[in-house]
Amino acid sequence: MQLVFEKRKSVSRRAIVLVPILSFIVSLILTGFLLLAFKANPFRTYIAMFIGAFGSWSNFTETLVKATPLMLTGLGVTIAFKLRFWNIGAEGQLVFGGVAAAWVALFWSPFLPAWSLLPMVMLVGMLAGAMWAGIPALLKTRLNVDETLVTLMMNYIAILFAEGLYYGVWRDPDGYGFPGTKPFPEAAWLPRFSGRAHMGLFIAIGIGLLLWVAMNRTKWGFELNMIGKNQKAARCLGVNVKRNILIALLISGALSGLAGVSEVTAISHRLQQGIAMGYGYTAIIVAWLSQLNPIAGLFVAVLMAGLLVGGDQIQMMMGLPAAMGLVLQGMILFPMLAGSLFTEYRIKRIDPRNSRVAESNEELSV
Amino acid sequence: MIPLITSIIAITLSAGTSLVYATIGEIYTERSGILNLGIEGMMLMSAVTAFATAFHTGSLLLAVLLAMLVGMLLALIHAFLSITMRANQVVSGLSITLFGTGLASFLGQSLGPASNRFNLTGMSAVKFTRLQVEGLGEIPLLGAVFNQDPLTYIVYLLIPVAWYFMYKTKFGLNLRSVGENPQTADAMGLSVTKIRYLYTIFGGMLVGIGGAHLSLAYTPGWTENITGGRGWIVIALVIFSMWNPSRAILGAILFGGINAVQFRLQASGTDIPSAYLNMAPYVATILVLVLVTVWESHNRKVGPPAALGTSYMREDK
Repeated sequence: MQLVFEKRKSVSRRAIVLVPILSFIVSLILTGFLLLAFKANPFRTYIAMFIGAFGSWSNFTETLVKATPLMLTGLGVTIAFKLRFWNIGAEGQLVFGGVAAAWVALFWSPFLPAWSLLPMVMLVGMLAGAMWAGIPALLKTRLNVDETLVTLMMNYIAILFAEGLYYGVWRDPDGYGFPGTKPFPEAAWLPRFSGRAHMGLFIAIGIGLLLWVAMNRTKWGFELNMIGKNQKAARCLGVNVKRNILIALLISGALSGLAGVSEVTAISHRLQQGIAMGYGYTAIIVAWLSQLNPIAGLFVAVLMAGLLVGGDQIQMMMGLPAAMGLVLQGMILFPMLAGSLFTEYRIKRIDPRNSRVAESNEELSV
Repeated sequence: MIPLITSIIAITLSAGTSLVYATIGEIYTERSGILNLGIEGMMLMSAVTAFATAFHTGSLLLAVLLAMLVGMLLALIHAFLSITMRANQVVSGLSITLFGTGLASFLGQSLGPASNRFNLTGMSAVKFTRLQVEGLGEIPLLGAVFNQDPLTYIVYLLIPVAWYFMYKTKFGLNLRSVGENPQTADAMGLSVTKIRYLYTIFGGMLVGIGGAHLSLAYTPGWTENITGGRGWIVIALVIFSMWNPSRAILGAILFGGINAVQFRLQASGTDIPSAYLNMAPYVATILVLVLVTVWESHNRKVGPPAALGTSYMREDK
């Protein structure tokens, strides 16, 4: 008797929900072994992480603080991945959005009425993020240059560009050498509602809901889906593939740019060292774990933020490295990728003695 | 002037060594049809493994061997996900990089001595030193080639051997046919699965040596982001070398050279802020990528292996 994979007629709905949840559990178990190797009790560690991230309202607001940029970048990555455009440049788009926001906040305030400063900061920040994603999108659609590498290289360029500014010409002369700009005028601050948690959260949730509608209920969403599944077929059916890619990537970059805007206008109130926290990379996990579903993405972003905040907490409480949270995050995609096979295939048992199908499948059996 | 140029050549070769190892490794992997975007994470993991081993055991040989093993294990995960489980190769590779980056950072903060709060950063350990080849090392300019560490000398051998194996042996032919047309290779009786596994893991081994060279020879020690995107530059170098191991040297010289010039400029105290100077390799990668892509689109004969990035399943046909 042998086991072979057989393609399902339609994607399994049960597997779509179960696989991410099981992946998370498997990642907890695998990381548990790592903790054991370092003589830490996995249960105590996970409970400490959970309490650190969700145990009290003030801890939870910190989780929401980190969830906000993860939601925005995660949604941005989701749009791009939907098209199978591998935008791994959310980090750079976030940073460049933050840089542009700082530029407006620091230098435009003498020319603008106070009420318009924050909207202008947000607008320019989003445009900057869109531009940073638009360059690789143009290179891809015009010249067919590999987007993975270009988006990634532009992360490094944006981060170094920001560094050059806050270590150099934009450095606060009264900052005692601290790598950061002067604080923004208060008119450019995005309001907070509790602790450091800020309005960006509601903007992100709103965008997530809107995006779900746009992707599932509009012609645009239908076209994106078609391009992602089969670009040639989409082209044959008269879909303008290049234009769609460009528009989707401008939106994708704008969302990451907005994440950068909210980081500098609501959290640090200046552009400073630490703007590149890795949210843009975690966004890839958010997008894939949510199976490119914007609403699921909002919840996954909170979970990933919880792992980051929990990681910081166990560092303080148990002396374990904060990178623990990153290990858990990184581990999560392995079972997820392995499991996604079961959404499209099922395992079938066959008997080679009385089946012709079995013969041709012999060597591929598992 | 001559000593300056000699030193630039020397740094170029040293900076390029890790790139050549990883580029040749990835060329072999991609030739079998598997795209591995996990190089950055694999290099970080092997760099931290190599340094921690050297620090605790004092054995460079063991350090390199363990780094190779770590590279192979991570490549095995990628092989399992993308070959057996037919996962999306781009996302699988990205997840290797995300995982490797996180775990390397974790290990760097927990494998150090208790006196340094278990941190490896700032520690020093045994490292590869430059060995001058008797006589040849004193030649002006060219001497830089013969004044390198052992891992760089091995690279001089690796390039022709990797080229010969790929183009002049039966094994190399099999490898290329699996990456070009797995259906035909399968019909010819080759095991597509076995060959893909083999070269993905072999590639991981070379990437592991590349990572070890960073933390044991080029910039001895451990810092959180010791690779600085080298793992991604490697992916671009594979395209640049058009999947031919003998051309891996060109890209490595180009990028090693950029590193060397940067290094010299910084040492001589230029007015350009270091942040802008440090952008050079990344800007150059994009430019090179654009030029090579445009050139390849006018020259239909060269290009990636036809089946690169696609999983092969007999039942689907």
